[in-house]
Amino acid sequence: MSLSRVLVGVKRVVDYAVKIRVKPDGSGVDKTNVKMSMNPFCEIAVEESVRLKERGLAQEVVAMTIGPSQNMDTIRTALAMGADRGIHVVCDQDLEPLAVSKVFQAVVQKETPQAVILGKQAIDDDCNQTGQMLAGLLDWPQGTFLSKLEVENDALKVTREVDGGLETLNLSIPAVLTCDLRLNEPRYASLPNIMKAKRKPVESIPVADLGVDIKSHLDVLRIEETPKRQGGGKVESVAELVDKLKNEAGVI
Amino acid sequence: MSESVRPAATEWSDDEVMLRDMVKRFAAKEVAPLVSKMDKEGKMDGSMLKQLFEAGFMGVEVEDKYGGGEMSFTQTCIVVEELSKVDASVSLVVDIHNTLNNRVVERWGTDSQKSKWLSQMATTSLSSFCLSEASSGSDAFALKTTAKQQGDHYVLNGSKMWISNAAEADVFILFATVDESLRHKGITAFILDAKQPGVHVGKKEDKLGIRASSTCEVRFDDVKVAKDAVLGSPGEGYRIAIQALNEGRIGAEAGMFLSMRDSQLLCSSFFSFSDQASDSLCLHGEQFGKPISEFQGLQFQVAEVCAELEAAKVLVYNAARLKDSGAPFVKEAAIAKLISSKTSEKVASKCVEWMGGVGFTTDYAVEKYFRDSKIGQIYEGTTNIHLQTIWKLIEKEYA
Repeated sequence: MSLSRVLVGVKRVVDYAVKIRVKPDGSGVDKTNVKMSMNPFCEIAVEESVRLKERGLAQEVVAMTIGPSQNMDTIRTALAMGADRGIHVVCDQDLEPLAVSKVFQAVVQKETPQAVILGKQAIDDDCNQTGQMLAGLLDWPQGTFLSKLEVENDALKVTREVDGGLETLNLSIPAVLTCDLRLNEPRYASLPNIMKAKRKPVESIPVADLGVDIKSHLDVLRIEETPKRQGGGKVESVAELVDKLKNEAGVI
Repeated sequence: MSESVRPAATEWSDDEVMLRDMVKRFAAKEVAPLVSKMDKEGKMDGSMLKQLFEAGFMGVEVEDKYGGGEMSFTQTCIVVEELSKVDASVSLVVDIHNTLNNRVVERWGTDSQKSKWLSQMATTSLSSFCLSEASSGSDAFALKTTAKQQGDHYVLNGSKMWISNAAEADVFILFATVDESLRHKGITAFILDAKQPGVHVGKKEDKLGIRASSTCEVRFDDVKVAKDAVLGSPGEGYRIAIQALNEGRIGAEAGMFLSMRDSQLLCSSFFSFSDQASDSLCLHGEQFGKPISEFQGLQFQVAEVCAELEAAKVLVYNAARLKDSGAPFVKEAAIAKLISSKTSEKVASKCVEWMGGVGFTTDYAVEKYFRDSKIGQIYEGTTNIHLQTIWKLIEKEYA
């Protein structure tokens, strides 16, 4: 079996190597002049989709992103990695997972993919909700936190990383999949492929055209930095350590 | 943006940003773990070349139909810059192959030569530029290697020195004379398989720096090549090489090859150090009860070095962009190489000093940067050759 089309989600986030700074008024993270990149879990999703295609298990890989005009960079990265075409849902406001899922749902109805492959979460808000919500909205089976994906007969055989170990499921298609860290190691887009990506089609769709309710249902009250780590102290003997643990830290 | 507002040399396009990110990641993940081992062993890691080809670094500007990236010269500089920051040897391999060898074949090769050679050079086969001999370095045209025509082929005999990457190369671009009495007009460029009978790659030089990039003697004993191994026409090798190496004696257009390579090489020598200046441990060390970065004496040294690095970077990318836009750039490229090769040595030296005792040990990367930096003023046109080029162009302007 070969999946006729795979839709893969790519989110633009603050680069993983950037030291995050919180805005002084606590309203959010400072993103001005900060390097942005594709969410690393989304890279894994793109890699897996492209591998499916390379193994003849998928015919077309469509990368989709939601966000402002700068998200075009993220789509182009996906195209350079091997996606066939892109969909850029243009939206200037930050969306919460439910709204993202609804936008995906609208695009899924239009594109009719046989699988939607997403990162398990994004490294900016760490919500880890979109895949699950999308599966619910579509009433499709879901395989989350994948560490292995195989296509067997007419089903997707997925291995999930769960608390107790590994769980293997057979999913009928169409299905929603989310990728964990160990699923694969994303490739570097080669130079010829970076150039070829420029010639691949990208469709821009204003979010309003999808007729989806993207109203926010959450209020962010405050964003704070995590407390700074305090320097430690040295002790001379075991007795002193025990004394400090008992009387200063009060933990024993 | 208004027509009158032009982007700065160091302002990057979306493509350039994407490329830089990709190379940076590659360098950090694939090259960095091997640097110290390759330096100690004086040997390129076996998997390195394969990865460089797979990533497309070996055919940056080569046309798409031959498997290349069809990118700009500025983009080649970006690839070399990012690799240089991590290892000067790896960047040198990429640098010479792209800016010299690929370009010679692209410029002088026939369609069938390009299909045969360029397509492998962009995707699988490393190449070396065999010009220098024991008695001809900066004066490369006193070469003694001969090519005798016999029927429909040539027989090559001679010995080449200081050939970079010769130990790993699959393809050689060789300069030999078809008739010594014709002097420079007898010099002919050949392209040949490095593994064919009669080609002997000698021992690797044991070097101060760029140790992982091989430098060898190459001997040619009765090496038989067909007529279609000639690049350009017989006797045209002088022009090919001079364009590639010595723009000081010719016009701007003809001289561009050297300069491209020069601004390139200066990238290798210079860029290796740019991250060190801002990032070296020196700024975190403590003396007399306070961080040494709080001493004005050190602050000013760091500021000065950073200023010089920025100046060198602007010179490099300005020369690269001049080349890409088709403007004359020979003088600018020579100036860029001159300044940045000196800057790189100074920065590396300062970093060793600032780090104190540990900077002098092999546990930290700076002593390697220091060793690697020295070649900048020697290879591919010495400091004196560049001064001569610059002077000749000044002389012409004021003649």
